[in-house]
Amino acid sequence: MKTIVLANLLIAAGLALPAFAQQQITVVNFGGANANAQKKAFYEPFEKNGVKVVPVEYNGEQAKIKAMVETKKVTWDVVEVESPDVARGCDEGLFEKLDYSKIGSKADFLPAAVSECGIGIFVWSTVMAYDGDKLKTAPTTWADFWDTKKIPGKRAMRKGARYNVEFALMADGVKPADVYKVLSTKEGAERAFKKLTELKPSIQWWEAGAQPPQFLVAGDVVMATAYNGRIDAANREGKNLKITWIGGIYDLDYWTITKGSPNKDAALKFIAYASTPDAQAEYAKNIAYGPTNNNALTKLDAKTLANLPTAPANAKDALQFNIKFWADQGEELEKRFASWAAQ
Amino acid sequence: MTTLTATLPGVADPRGLRRSLGRAERRRKLRAFALTVPLLVFLMLTFLVPIAALLKRAIENPEVAQALPRTAAALDGWNRRDAPPPEAYAAVLADLGALPDSADAGALARRLNSEVAGARSLVMNAYKALPLEGAGTPSGAREKLLALDERWADVKYWQAIAKNGSRWTPDYLLASVDLKRDALGQVERMAPDQRVFGRILVRTFEISAIVTLCCLLLGYPLAYWLSTLPARQANILMILVLVPFWTSILVRVAAWIVLLQSAGLVNRALLATGIVDHPLALLFNRTGVIIAMVHILLPFMILPLYSVMKGVSPTYLRAAVSLGSRPAAAFFRVYVPQTYPGIGAGALLVFILSIGYYVTPALLGGADDQMLSYYIAQYTNVNVNWGMASALGALLLAATMVLYAVYRRVTKSELSLG
Repeated sequence: MKTIVLANLLIAAGLALPAFAQQQITVVNFGGANANAQKKAFYEPFEKNGVKVVPVEYNGEQAKIKAMVETKKVTWDVVEVESPDVARGCDEGLFEKLDYSKIGSKADFLPAAVSECGIGIFVWSTVMAYDGDKLKTAPTTWADFWDTKKIPGKRAMRKGARYNVEFALMADGVKPADVYKVLSTKEGAERAFKKLTELKPSIQWWEAGAQPPQFLVAGDVVMATAYNGRIDAANREGKNLKITWIGGIYDLDYWTITKGSPNKDAALKFIAYASTPDAQAEYAKNIAYGPTNNNALTKLDAKTLANLPTAPANAKDALQFNIKFWADQGEELEKRFASWAAQ
Repeated sequence: MTTLTATLPGVADPRGLRRSLGRAERRRKLRAFALTVPLLVFLMLTFLVPIAALLKRAIENPEVAQALPRTAAALDGWNRRDAPPPEAYAAVLADLGALPDSADAGALARRLNSEVAGARSLVMNAYKALPLEGAGTPSGAREKLLALDERWADVKYWQAIAKNGSRWTPDYLLASVDLKRDALGQVERMAPDQRVFGRILVRTFEISAIVTLCCLLLGYPLAYWLSTLPARQANILMILVLVPFWTSILVRVAAWIVLLQSAGLVNRALLATGIVDHPLALLFNRTGVIIAMVHILLPFMILPLYSVMKGVSPTYLRAAVSLGSRPAAAFFRVYVPQTYPGIGAGALLVFILSIGYYVTPALLGGADDQMLSYYIAQYTNVNVNWGMASALGALLLAATMVLYAVYRRVTKSELSLG
């Protein structure tokens, strides 16, 4: 008898639960320092509207999104996606088209931030970084990064072709503006891999964004390519890592809504909130990634602004990541990289 | 049986008895079979069906055939060398216009792009520009497409379309062994800068062989020592072997990162004792991968060895020595041959587990220490080219089966884990 009462109670509780439950959305991010900044700037303030945000971390694998869309069991509502995947996923029907009338005026955003299925969250940059306490002569160009005589020691680079082939061409004397023009020719790609071969014995590869600052602090490498926000995050913990902005590659991450998300409206509201100048300014204060909403810039002090990839002094000699080029050539170049690494 | 029942006293009808015995036997067999049915169904659903699906994906090629049926038909008589007929241009426009969903155009663009880099933007730009004004006639369609993007004149994109017109393709499987079909369908080797999986397969076998050998060298003496100890002590020591075996692989890999880094425990100990004067590179290279893999796989070597060694009577060794053999010779000529089944089972187990390793090399290795599974994950997750991922999976499966066949041929026995 007791068990029956208990079972009835449980069933009643189970039925009643959805009525009391808050609406919730799952927001997928890249983890680490970036996730912490997003929590402070986006998730916590947004939850005051009565929608709970469940953060999930991933490493950018589009396979999961594709599987969810194909099986029509979408559990990721809002996903932070890297630039090449936005256009690709949009073409292949993985993302919902965004209704900009519910987000804001397109004119307020950087031109690169506005796309059919995704809106830019922040501008980040892959840059050269080193430990200011250990390295006395600052490297200023990619040629310095390649010069193992002038600065002996290992260099950390991201495992894969992306960014590295661009850096290699710049080290070989190609001007940032010409990098993609050269790279799209057969000889250009050849040249990039030849230059990478020179440095190969001194390269230590990294895969997760949190690794290069660790390598630098541990003294495993003297220089590293790194995401500028991760370097900034390490410095907030008392480290003295330095960035060389010349020849950095800047790019945007985007918010997307997975096609068939059951919480599309709440997801769109979240994106709209995260795109407001206030939320964007708060985010930039927590990690040194540049806002995509131009109105956020006036809310930031000079010191914060100077650390962002979008600061004029930092963006001056930088290169914008070419999404179109990588959408077309990415698979072949990555395969070539695997072949090169195996030699 | 017959004679036995026939001579049994007090049995009226020996044939009836035989029948009922037979019935009982059948019932026993049926019951035994019924008991294994859940497992068989489970295996069927979780093992055989997924493998069959994987193999199917490795040869499936629906994107072009589904999206461009008219184009494939228009290219049917084309010699695949000269410029394609103008009808093909009109057919491409008609096909793209008839696609029910933009996602189909995306899938087509992805498929062709993995064949010829650049096809993605070519197809998507044409799709987004639809409908094209004044493209009513074939030559008009050609003109319009070329005006949109002059790469439409390039034969290589048309060759890719013509080649992939059928629903099934050997291309993924060929690519997994660095081969490809040229424009006319002849199989040839890939360009040198695209040749990669052959080398990776060799590397996978190389790492697995080294790991197996290290496991054997470390595991054999330990298993031997354990088998000579009294049961109580052996059991306690066996727990020490098994505790790491029960710990999550990720935890152990993370522990190795802490131990092996240049300011880690191992290097500090080596520096403090003056064995080396600057830290050794133990991490993010082959050394780190092999150290961690040997550690993780060692129990798989020790357990079969131990169970075989437990069954070897120590009297043989004593007999050999008492007959005048030197102890070392007795050990290698009398004892070791009796443990061959254990060595074979342990080595095969470790080797087969090694060739599928993914997470350890991914976390502890550099760019040139990655094994085949890493590229399967890469194609699944990053490139989302599941055909290629399945083909590499099929390659790994085939390699494992060949190994098992070789093992059976060499040892003339089934795999025994003791």
